[in-house]
Amino acid sequence: MAVLRKVVETAVRFVPDPAPDPLIRTPGVIGLPLDRVDGARKVQGAATFTAEYQVEDLAHAVLVYSTVAKGRISAIESTAAEAVPGVLAVITHQNAPRLKHPTLLSMLRLNKGVGGSDLPIMQDDSIHFDGEAVAVVVAELPEQAAHAASLVRVNYEAEPPLVSFDAAKASPTVPKDVMGEEPEISLGDPDGALAGAMFVVDNTYRTPRQNQNALEPHATIAIWEGEDNLVVLDSTQFVNGLKHQLAHVFDLKPDNVRVVAPFVGGGFGGKVALWSHTVLCAAAAKATGRPVKLVLSREGVFRLVGGRTLAEQRVALGADSTGNLTALIHTGTTATTTHSRYPEQFSLTSRHLYAVKNLRSGQDVVNLDTVANTWMRAPGDAMATYALEAAMDELAFAMQLDPIELRRRNEPNEDPTTGAAFSSRHLLECYAHGAEAFGWSERPAQPRSQRDGQWLVGQGMAASYFPHFRWNAKVRVRLGATGSALVQAAAAEMGMGTATVQIQQAADRLGLPIEHVTFEYGDSALPDSPIMAGGSSQTVTIAAAVQKAVEGLHRELLKLVPEESPLACAKLQDVEARDGGLFCRGTNQGETYTAILDRVGKEFIEAEGKSAPPLEILKYAMASYGAQFCEVRVHEVTGETRVSRWVGAFDCGRIINPKTATSQLRGGIIMGIGMALEEETFLDERRGRIVTRSLAEYHVPVHLDIPQDFEIILLDYPDEHAPLGARGVGEIGITGSAAAVANAIFHATGKRIRDLPITLDKLL
Amino acid sequence: MRPFAYARAADTADALRLVVQSPNARFLAGGTNLVDLMREQIEQPEALVDISGLPLNQIQERADGGLYIGAVVTNTALAQHRGVRERYPMLAQAILFGASGQIRNMATVGGNLLQRTRCPYFYDLAAACNKRQPGVGCDAIDGFNRNLAILGASESCVATHPSDMCVAMAALDASIHVTGPNGEREIPFAEFYLLPGDRPDLETTLQPGELITGISVPPLPFARHSHYRKVRDRASYAFALVSVAAALEVEDGVVTQVRLALGGVAPRPWRALAAEHVLIGAPATQESFWQAAEAELAPAHGLHHNAFKIELAKRTITSVLAELSGQQGV
Repeated sequence: MAVLRKVVETAVRFVPDPAPDPLIRTPGVIGLPLDRVDGARKVQGAATFTAEYQVEDLAHAVLVYSTVAKGRISAIESTAAEAVPGVLAVITHQNAPRLKHPTLLSMLRLNKGVGGSDLPIMQDDSIHFDGEAVAVVVAELPEQAAHAASLVRVNYEAEPPLVSFDAAKASPTVPKDVMGEEPEISLGDPDGALAGAMFVVDNTYRTPRQNQNALEPHATIAIWEGEDNLVVLDSTQFVNGLKHQLAHVFDLKPDNVRVVAPFVGGGFGGKVALWSHTVLCAAAAKATGRPVKLVLSREGVFRLVGGRTLAEQRVALGADSTGNLTALIHTGTTATTTHSRYPEQFSLTSRHLYAVKNLRSGQDVVNLDTVANTWMRAPGDAMATYALEAAMDELAFAMQLDPIELRRRNEPNEDPTTGAAFSSRHLLECYAHGAEAFGWSERPAQPRSQRDGQWLVGQGMAASYFPHFRWNAKVRVRLGATGSALVQAAAAEMGMGTATVQIQQAADRLGLPIEHVTFEYGDSALPDSPIMAGGSSQTVTIAAAVQKAVEGLHRELLKLVPEESPLACAKLQDVEARDGGLFCRGTNQGETYTAILDRVGKEFIEAEGKSAPPLEILKYAMASYGAQFCEVRVHEVTGETRVSRWVGAFDCGRIINPKTATSQLRGGIIMGIGMALEEETFLDERRGRIVTRSLAEYHVPVHLDIPQDFEIILLDYPDEHAPLGARGVGEIGITGSAAAVANAIFHATGKRIRDLPITLDKLL
Repeated sequence: MRPFAYARAADTADALRLVVQSPNARFLAGGTNLVDLMREQIEQPEALVDISGLPLNQIQERADGGLYIGAVVTNTALAQHRGVRERYPMLAQAILFGASGQIRNMATVGGNLLQRTRCPYFYDLAAACNKRQPGVGCDAIDGFNRNLAILGASESCVATHPSDMCVAMAALDASIHVTGPNGEREIPFAEFYLLPGDRPDLETTLQPGELITGISVPPLPFARHSHYRKVRDRASYAFALVSVAAALEVEDGVVTQVRLALGGVAPRPWRALAAEHVLIGAPATQESFWQAAEAELAPAHGLHHNAFKIELAKRTITSVLAELSGQQGV
């Protein structure tokens, strides 16, 4: 995989660039801070989420979870459960429908979706992690199912599980690849350069397990229409991925499976893969012959759905007397499982951020008997930027150099490992704008030099980084004679503003007012392609395909005009879409869509658009960048930390909607504050069981934890190589956030904490 | 949740009559803790007797200058009460530092007294817990014990009492009014809660069938000068790692009167009598406050994740007393 990638990367350098998307600079509704089109429905409670669908004859499923992490089920006693009034079935490995196991991520087969793990789901008596589902109870009412589930008795022959990261890390293994890239790369002589460096920092940073904790717990409603047709409503980030995985698991033709997800109440990566509850809901529906709803409890999400894995990262930096990095070593270990092979890709970040000739960046894994880890907002980069950017702060302090100046001196002119040109990188401007808005120049260099009563005050900063992705996509656009358009894409809207920004870009592309454009999404019956709310990729992934579809429509319109039309003989490149029609570029000569279609008696025309392969991300170094600045107050007596100010300045290409983009970035930073100060999924290593399985024990930031003085700066430079000139905004906000907090805590207190979360006991 | 019977009590006598009809009945008021515990199968009552409609929702002035608080007065109503805010500010503060606005609107004073521990192993039916099932062992002692007790715990249980309100009530020497099959009685706060010993399932001295009808708070003029400080893992909506309720009177630089209680550190709201003893008559200095804190924490025993609370408690006690004495603090 990694070799293939290398070959393609080399080959694409000789492929000429396609013309930039004409919309990258055009004024229009792109760039306006419009309210979300679904905002009113959401605040009124009128947006229907998966669990709220009214389905006739619906039965309800509740799961029973394993209480051991390894071993086998020796007996299941379900008589008492079956006797509860309303119970329709108790499904266990003994009577579950026979199913194939889901398949793991393949970068080459992304369109086939991805299983959270490749374990068989309730097919035998073996137990692979604490919390694995061992029975499904189906009843007429959810209360009956829950009560009956509590009466199912399961006996186990338990074996000692391997769940201690510290015990396992002495013998890690090297993964075959890390999200399609080499697990380790080395340039120059990093060890030699480090040994000879004038300034050296060399430390280990630990980050704990974390969970996404989307507001909406995972929910599924499964409806069988005959033996061979399955309809699934599911709170997924990837409708087509789920469709293909379900088709595989249930041995159905893919087009006989339909997955619908109109609104998703947050996902943060936890709803990309197919997880076992969705399969078990469909299996329960099959077994009972009834539509079945299964909504995970918060505990159920912790038990069955993976979060971010824990990691131990070493970052060693060497610098010469002028502050140039001479060595960068970023290595470490994450925990994964034998039934998923996802080594969270923290080692990739250091390959792209700083100019350094001697570099080693790599990672290995230990396989534990736990629920499979998965993506969580900015996978890899969130933890990597904590370690790397905390280390940069340590180096700057060791050199008595301003942290921004250190970064400025090491800003690369091309990608430091691939040599690829940057498509558009304005990180230095992020530092400059952020520093000015924050008042960075007033920050005293000396730690522990500011106080307000008993609160020690400090300021810290860090760089943000998230790579740019785009996938192949297929969409459909229908243009009506009334001058309205319908854009259809199998996208997921989990609160980011997907529908809103897609309407904005389609309106500009078609030259229509936004109120005449409708966006349909969240349904695998729409054109099949790997569009997902993942990798901060969805907006541009869809836009590239919409561009093709609209070009197709415009071509067809030009074929429909008669000789006397001002558009006659015009070619696609000669026309522009505006004012509800097509016009010869730079003139008032043109016709409205209505005029063209009415004349030929067509109510609408329709075109599918398929985007070109994303060669640009192989040819160029493409990423979003940012600079995070924060001020913290640490109570001298109690060690409590409060974040009192924040400025984030971001270079994410052209901003389609500053309002929704700002919300995404702010939300990412808030998650970063949680990562820095509060969040930890605690695994009791005596038996491999998650203890913090509710929002009472797993702390996420509350309103009072978030500074009121909170500014987001958007550079808004269009990226010529990206559709719309835009790059992702969904994940970059969390990157660098934890480091900015940790660095500010050092500045306030003089204490370096290299172990997240920085709870008050670490500062006493 | 197990199926259960539900009855609404018409009056107090009716409540007492209904609750003995089922061997495992519970009184239901706000339900903010009990219903949670039922959903988690930790509490499995066969019947609930709803007392939320009983006329126990008044806050009354007592002839001696104290207050009488009905058992179903909501947390919100108590915290907003002018007499509480003026005469017992630490009580109002403690309530407002607890839970969320929504929960405080539902939760009652009587229910607050009977809150059960948030020990995660108590909540997990797959874990061993002597409080749920005496004699099976305690998974918490060597497990995730960050929020658990450093004082008053035993080898069988290290759970903490989660309430904020009760910490102030302990400092105020409130007393609890109950009625039951054997008539009415008044229980001093210090005699209401039991330490776990080898029976952590027994948490209070309430007798079967007894109903809390109210709490009386005695007059305590110097409590006008009181404070509640809650230290926790985020700025709001978290249980205390350590909390301190304190009232202090200083004359001519000497402590003349003091009340001190701790939360988040013990199986019950922890009245700090050892510290009070050191403080009475001592100079109102940081040194005295620290010595008092050390005296109180001398028997403390830290576990793997919570040993820091010993130092944190000493620091917080010292800081709160310093603030109340007009020196730098909090």
